[in-house]
Amino acid sequence: MSKSPEEEHPQKAFGWAARDKSGVLSPFNFSRRVNGDNDITIKVLYCGICHSDLHQIKNEWGNSVYPMVPGHEIVGVVTEVGKNVTKVKVGEKAGVGCLVGSCGSCHSCADDLENYCTKQILTYNARYHDETLTHGGYSDNLVVEEHFAIRFPENLPLDAAAPLLCAGITVFSPMKYYGLCKPGMSFGVVGLGGLGHVAVKFAKAFGMKVTVISTSLSKKKEAIEHLGADSFLVSRDQEEMQAAMGTMDGIIDTVSAFHPLLPLILLLKNHGKLVMVGAPDKPLELPVSPLLFGRKLVGGSGIGGIKETQEMIDFAAKHNITADIEVIPMDYVNTAMERLAKGDVKYRFVIDVANTLTP
Amino acid sequence: MSKSPEDEHPLRALGWAAKDNSGVLSPFNFSRRDIGADDVGIKILYCGVCHSDLHSIKNDWGDALYPIVPGHEIVGKVTKVGTNVEKFKVGDHVGVGVIVGSCGNCETCKQDLENYCPQKILTYNTVDHDVTKTYGGYSDTVVVNKNFVLRFPDNMPLDAGAPLLCAGITVYSPMKYYGMTEPGKHLGVVGLGGLGHVAVKLGKAFGLKVTVISTSLSKEKEAVERLGADSFLVSRDPEKMKAAMGTMDYIIDTVSAVHLLGPLLGLLKMHGKLITVGLPNVPLELSIFPLVMGRKLIGGSAFGGIKETQEMLDFCAKHNVTADIELIKMEDINTAMERLVKADVRYRFVIDIGNSFA
Repeated sequence: MSKSPEEEHPQKAFGWAARDKSGVLSPFNFSRRVNGDNDITIKVLYCGICHSDLHQIKNEWGNSVYPMVPGHEIVGVVTEVGKNVTKVKVGEKAGVGCLVGSCGSCHSCADDLENYCTKQILTYNARYHDETLTHGGYSDNLVVEEHFAIRFPENLPLDAAAPLLCAGITVFSPMKYYGLCKPGMSFGVVGLGGLGHVAVKFAKAFGMKVTVISTSLSKKKEAIEHLGADSFLVSRDQEEMQAAMGTMDGIIDTVSAFHPLLPLILLLKNHGKLVMVGAPDKPLELPVSPLLFGRKLVGGSGIGGIKETQEMIDFAAKHNITADIEVIPMDYVNTAMERLAKGDVKYRFVIDVANTLTP
Repeated sequence: MSKSPEDEHPLRALGWAAKDNSGVLSPFNFSRRDIGADDVGIKILYCGVCHSDLHSIKNDWGDALYPIVPGHEIVGKVTKVGTNVEKFKVGDHVGVGVIVGSCGNCETCKQDLENYCPQKILTYNTVDHDVTKTYGGYSDTVVVNKNFVLRFPDNMPLDAGAPLLCAGITVYSPMKYYGMTEPGKHLGVVGLGGLGHVAVKLGKAFGLKVTVISTSLSKEKEAVERLGADSFLVSRDPEKMKAAMGTMDYIIDTVSAVHLLGPLLGLLKMHGKLITVGLPNVPLELSIFPLVMGRKLIGGSAFGGIKETQEMLDFCAKHNVTADIELIKMEDINTAMERLVKADVRYRFVIDIGNSFA
């Protein structure tokens, strides 16, 4: 008979978990494995709330195992290191993103693309090497293999940088892979939420001219005055969209709702690239003729490998890029989830775990 | 009042044209411009019958300017050159493909990508710089600006090489642009028609492993034994498709009928590329999830610039790649078009122009 979450590992842990697909989170006693030779232990200081957390606690992807402690934008201080560990020392700051394991031997892993390994292990709601369920960062501590820890530079504010571990890498990785990171390029960002607002900041840091494309005119002032976008297009305004046709080298589409692709493909210059990082659950429609006659492409991307996540964090530290956040106490999390479902946050909630998670 | 096709230019020409959207072709007297300083005069020997010709004459794309003399896979012999022409001399074998003009000074033209110039002039059914209409290769002669004439490699058979001028470049260009030529990698070719069969041959010439993906099992023997494909996948066989999932680095999709993209994306490995060169007339359903989870992409491409068309011809000559053709006389063109509608050809009709126009 399998052990209870409290007993399956030797070290006590405490967090908040969802128990069923209502998604309501509540205090949860569980346990963490012993810190092995290649592991580090992190006392969690902050954890970002990603939209994926909301999808997963409500079993919207159909693969949720309860009880589930979500959270994969984790930042904390290292409290223990195994004897083989060289990446970080006790007392230093470290982060953990969406992955805590992979096979280590496939082509993807060999190319530092653990996020495309077919045996990747997610930070929560996944089976670890020892078959136990992984639990995420809405908790007081975690033990993680050194390889999957991200060193945090001193000058990065921990709370505002936590969301970079998922939102940040999710936009940074494809911007590099698809070559949409060159100074002077014209770049569009569809959707201004957790992913979109970070994409605007990275794009400006890359020296690109940035246009935010959104359904709501109300976001314009914010986009331009606060986030630094160069211009704003209301996607429902046909005249504006027509005037902008053929002007963009690339577009990153962060929207998960069903929406038409044709207007976005037409915004691209010839040889332009539309990158999808949102994941609508219904198929979209792909008009083939504008792809052909403009030699355009539509590509996808999902999170990023560990090496490039570190590169992204270092880049963010150099350019002072962090997320815009609303820090909340642990016991506000259910209200935060309700607000997140309505898009009522600018632009990421971050849980102040260390100061507010109390057994 | 505008002049008749016969009178608008000084040089008499004879061709076959479609006069309306029945698409029926019949003899047509028209004229060609005089050979200017930058022009090359060509006696046409062969012209391939491209599926686009069929779409055009039936006005499937809604842009027909009748009468239409189609044909953009033209091979012939130079009869006269203008004073500024250095690359070609009388008697040379040359080709003319899909474009005969572009603006020449936009960013796109400067990158040798005339095929993406917003002011490009197609070989037929387009209004030229002088405001007359272009007429294609189902005719005895053509006059083309020197920058849009291709040198035909010496060792390449003229008739079997003609289809390369559209079908060949249409698959060669994206294979180079999207980086689909690494020896040892695995290429899937969807559809085994004019484009598809050339894609198989080019794939083998690049040293790729090639799998043909088709709805008809009947094409397997042909694909493997004659065209040199390494394997054959029937797309309607769910078990075989499942077994092949995640095995291909690249796929070229030549199919214009509406079809499912999902199963094709599933055949790709991580970071795989699906390039579409067919033209479905309605949008295709696209599930984004497999693109995101596998970092896959779908891209399009349309024929190619002149420089890369020349490169493609030279590559094909080096590797003995030509099209598989059925040679026909001009007067059989309407029957050929009917057969083309039913895809009843292995794999391109080529009109023996030289022996058709006395």
